[in-house]
This record gives sequence, structure tokens and C-alpha cells, in this order.
Amino acid sequence: MAKVVGDIVIDIEKCKGCGVCIPACPQDVISLSKNVNGKGYNYAEPVNDDCTGCMNCAIVCPDGVITVYRKKIE
Amino acid sequence: MANITKEEIRKPENLVYKKTDLLTDKALSYCPGCGHGTTHRIIMEVLEEMDIQDKTIGIAPVGCSVLAYDFMNIDMQQAAHGRAPALATAIKRLMPEKFVFTYQGDGDLAAIGTAETIHACNRGENIVIIFINNGIYGMTGGQMAPTTLPGMKSSTSPYGRDTHLMGNPLKMTELVAQLPGTIYVTRQSVHTPSNVRKTKKAIRKAFENQKLNKGVSFVEVVSNCNSGWKMTPVQSNKWMEENMFPFYPLGDIKVNTD
Ligand SMILES: Cc1ncc(C[n+]2csc(CCOP(=O)(O)OP(=O)(O)O)c2C)c(N)n1
Ligand code: SF4
Ligand code: SF4
Ligand code: SF4
Ligand SMILES: [Mg+2]
Repeated sequence: MAKVVGDIVIDIEKCKGCGVCIPACPQDVISLSKNVNGKGYNYAEPVNDDCTGCMNCAIVCPDGVITVYRKKIE
Repeated sequence: MANITKEEIRKPENLVYKKTDLLTDKALSYCPGCGHGTTHRIIMEVLEEMDIQDKTIGIAPVGCSVLAYDFMNIDMQQAAHGRAPALATAIKRLMPEKFVFTYQGDGDLAAIGTAETIHACNRGENIVIIFINNGIYGMTGGQMAPTTLPGMKSSTSPYGRDTHLMGNPLKMTELVAQLPGTIYVTRQSVHTPSNVRKTKKAIRKAFENQKLNKGVSFVEVVSNCNSGWKMTPVQSNKWMEENMFPFYPLGDIKVNTD
């Protein structure tokens, strides 16, 4: 059966750590890092491999810093 | 994701979403989690999908989005506080082949610019108005706006808006829907993925309407001002659902495009 896998890339220097992407993810992929970026924000990062590439996180990110990839595997 | 690496997924052919190039690479000047950024992005996505970025002129307001022209990579003009609909009127009349829109906060559109808003809507100017209603003067430090909810705290109503003393909140969107010059009036939000999708459709419809040459399309976006409301972004979105939406219900108010 074809399965869909996804992955996200977060521009951590532009992320403002707002956390709006976290409740938007149905797979609980995203969490805020304990580390901070150059501006002092605890940036968002993926914490598991469950991404399906649904784009929800990218669509609600106010700063447009999430890029999404999706691939069908047989 | 058993036997596939991230590198195999992160290939150009698998790319499904990235920030549109119609937004510049400048970091947005908005606070973390502010709906202004999301709304900027979906407007630019609509222009890109319609392929009208070269034919569109936007009017930036006074308010937190005063620098919208730094972020939206299209032709823009910044208006004096509240005067965006007057400026849009002039631009659209001089260049009727252009798509013209204003982008305005509630202080801009519903306080100092009330006259310009109502008269442009009543005249039926063939423009799009995008109205970001966060119930507060965000830029200047969270003062009460005409849109501030009854009982809502702001820096100039620290004990909550007392409507006996401070008047009632103004529902500009319902008001302009009464005017003959508006053809499409809707209220949306951008705090969840499904709301962003709906708002994007509404903005698309508003720009498509401009081809009809029949009047104003007015899209309110009920938005958060987490700094002014003194909440975290996620808390502010929840507060907005619980408090703003009952007073400012989402959905189409007028669709008169036939
Ligand atoms: C003529 C004039 N009067 C007052 C101001 C001060 N001022 C700047 S922004 C603003 C209110 C902005 O509120 P809003 O339109 O709701 O935008 P927001 O920042 O909330 O997005 C005011 C009163 C000004 N810049 N010019
Ligand atoms: S694309 Fe969907 S599944 Fe993947 S991280 Fe974003 S919201 Fe979660
Ligand atoms: S929504 Fe965007 S800016 Fe906010 S934490 Fe997530 S990735 Fe960062
Ligand atoms: S002050 Fe409010 S409206 Fe302005 S950028 Fe910050 S959160 Fe957004
Ligand atoms: Mg405001």
C-alpha cells in the first residue's frame, strides 16, 4: 500500500518561537527547542519522524519559516 | 518512516510548501505569533496564484503593518492614517486596469479612517479592503479601539471597557455590508490551518471580484494582538476563539457578485 512520508525544514534563525505551529500539527512533530537562536528565541524543531507533509504547520506559521516535503512510498 | 532517509524526502521534486517569493526575505517586524504575518503571506500567495503580482498595487496603513511595503514584494503606497480607501480610490480610478487593495488595522479603518471606509464602500469603489481586526491599537501600546470588546482590558481601559462610559464596539463589517457599494463582505481568521485556508479562499474571491467592476470586496480578519492583550501567542488564539468570535462571528455576511 502506498504510504506518504513527509519532512519539514525550519529556518531556525527566522523562527520567533511563537509555538503556533505546535497545536496545528496532527502528528505532534514539533516542539520548542531548549536552545535559542541568534535573536534569543527558543526556535521550533521536529522531535520525531511522524511527519506526513500535511503542511498544517507551514500554513499557520506567521513568519513563513517552514518548508514542507512530501513523498509517496510504495 | 522505516527505510527512507530525510535526505531522500527533502528533494526538490517532493517540495510541497515554501514561503512565496512575493514576500521579501526581510524578517517580519511583527511580534511572535501575530496574525499580520500570516495574512500578508496568504495575500501574496493569492496574487501569485492569480499571476497578478505585476498588476497589483497595495496600500499600507498606519499601525503595526505600516511597513507592509517592506514585506510585500509588489508595488505599494503607504497612506496617511485611515486614508487608505481614499488613496485606493484615486489609484484605481487613474489605473482601472490594476488590482488595488488596502490593508488596514481596526484603529486605522474603524477609528480615524471611518469616514474614508464608509464612503469608499458606499461609492462602490472597485477595490479590495483587507481589515485586520485585533480589537486594539497594537502599534502604539495596546490602547482601546472602537472595536475593543465590552469588558476587554486595554492600556486605556485597564479595568475593562465600560460601554456606558466608553461607548459600544463598532462592527464595521456588518455596517459596510448594509451599503449598496459592497459586493462581497466576509469575516475570517488565520489562527488555525483550516481558517487560513478559508481566509485564503475569501481573499482570492475578493481579488477575482475586482474583474467584475462592481464594487468593494471587504475581508475582515479577526486577529490576535498577543502583545497588546498580554498573552502568549497560543493563549491569545484561544482567547480570540472564546471572546472575539462570539462578538465577531466568522463567515460570509454579504455575497452579491452575480
Ligand atoms: C494622524 C495620526 N494619528 C495617530 C497616530 C498614532 N497611531 C499610530 S498607529 C495607531 C493605531 C493603529 O492601530 P490599528 O490600526 O488597529 O493597527 P494595529 O497596530 O493594531 O495592527 C495610532 C493611533 C498616527 N500615526 N497618525
Ligand atoms: S507537515 Fe503536517 S505532519 Fe509534518 S510537521 Fe507540519 S503539521 Fe506536522
Ligand atoms: S509558527 Fe513559525 S515562527 Fe512560530 S514557532 Fe512555529 S516555526 Fe517558529
Ligand atoms: S503589537 Fe500586536 S498587532 Fe502589533 S505586531 Fe505585536 S502582536 Fe501584532
Ligand atoms: Mg489593531
